[in-house]
Amino acid sequence: MTFSTIHALVLRNLYLYSRTPVRLVELVFWPLVDLLVWGYLTVFLQKHTGDSFPYQITFLIGAVILWDILFRAQQGVALYFLEDVWSRNLLNVFSAPVTNADYLASTYVIGFLRAAVTSILLSVLAIVLYSFNLFELNWSLVPFVFNLLLFGWSLGMISTALIVRWGPAAETLAWAVPFFIQPFAAVYYPIDALPSAVRWIAELIPCAHVFDGMRDGLKDGSVSWINLGKATGLNVIYLILAGMLFVRVMKTAREKGLLTKFVSQ
Amino acid sequence: MQDPVLEVTHLVKEFGSVRPVDGISFDLKRGEILGLLGANGAGKTTAINMVLGIVTPNAGSIRVFGKDLAKERIAILRRMNFCSTYTQLPGNLRVWQNLTVFGKIYRVPNLKKRIDEVLELLEIAHLKDRVSGNLSAGESTRLNLCKALLNKPELLLLDEPTASLDPDIADKVRKVVKRIREEDGTSILYTSHNMRDVEEVCDRVVFMHQGKILFVGTAAEILSHFQEESLESLFIRVARGGEIEAASAS
Repeated sequence: MTFSTIHALVLRNLYLYSRTPVRLVELVFWPLVDLLVWGYLTVFLQKHTGDSFPYQITFLIGAVILWDILFRAQQGVALYFLEDVWSRNLLNVFSAPVTNADYLASTYVIGFLRAAVTSILLSVLAIVLYSFNLFELNWSLVPFVFNLLLFGWSLGMISTALIVRWGPAAETLAWAVPFFIQPFAAVYYPIDALPSAVRWIAELIPCAHVFDGMRDGLKDGSVSWINLGKATGLNVIYLILAGMLFVRVMKTAREKGLLTKFVSQ
Repeated sequence: MQDPVLEVTHLVKEFGSVRPVDGISFDLKRGEILGLLGANGAGKTTAINMVLGIVTPNAGSIRVFGKDLAKERIAILRRMNFCSTYTQLPGNLRVWQNLTVFGKIYRVPNLKKRIDEVLELLEIAHLKDRVSGNLSAGESTRLNLCKALLNKPELLLLDEPTASLDPDIADKVRKVVKRIREEDGTSILYTSHNMRDVEEVCDRVVFMHQGKILFVGTAAEILSHFQEESLESLFIRVARGGEIEAASAS
């Protein structure tokens, strides 16, 4: 892994965003729509339930913000590859002295930056519009958010690997993959709310433990170490498996000439 | 012009039942320009993609600078570069931004100075601040060439570099290719459908057909071997499959 190569690949994306600010709309627009819809739903429920308003509903706004952290981190990795496909730059990158590790590390940085932009913006707007302060969770927020980033990166690697394997027709996976797991990710409801027959799926998804843990934290200010531990352990496994999948698919892509198919589209 | 920079030995590539490269062997000497000539489907681009490490061969070996490409790909790629008419640099970046990114990837020293040098060499210095996507086809090809020359490669792979150019710009590109060979001793593997390119630029030509090498030699040797008056007429004859085996065997 070479710092100068990672720096160059990150720089390419930063140039891209500075050259075409309209791309920032994608980072802001959809998350903002989510925040407004769920935020006003929360306000509506708050008004009509009075003192019996359950704390879980308050967390809807937090869930929107945190889901977007995961989603933007995943997109940072998956769209990074597609940017090179769309600009017909793919062979220039893969014929250059860029290792898989350089490539992945730079996608992680971009994923982190995308998640940071979206989460900071939404957090500020949540305070202004709904007096919802995600940072009431204090420092316990940091390891949970970090776990969301890790899982976003894993999903991004899986998305990219599937796109490389199945070709340009599979581009939509860049947006679809996170939503495959969303019903079991316990974003807006706890794992316990799922039918017992599918609860085991949620147990295997790191972000389900993040969201459960953060709901607990919002309830009484405590840090749910069990949830944090489960999320971190699962994330380590997912990162290793996703990394192995990516490396394996890149090897297959070179054997089957899959990278050149993106150029001839 | 003695040490082989590139040695390709018994190279085979299969995609399912198709064999676009079928046991080819050739070498490229230091400071030599070697043309890969053949009709569509002859296996030129697949061969180049294998030399770049983008496609893995099924059999055979590729040695670059005396090293095994399969084992030392990244170290080898630092000393070579590539330009194809089928690739582009990101259209939404400015010319200098694209060259900066690739200059950093290839660890080019004094990058700003080098960017100015290559832009001057390709006569597009006035386009430095232009958005790459707004360049004409000819300008875009020359920008690609600038990228390929940034790291002063010892081995340069050019895949149909003049395909989209008008005769004037194509002539300029040919002159640049010859100049960098003269000044820097760059070894160049050059594919083209343009017979004039091949005759004017290449020291030797590898003539390919259906994944195999029909002949390796100078343009004059090839014409003599196949008893043709021009490479173009030979190209058409080979592409249409007429009397190849007989001519090849003679």
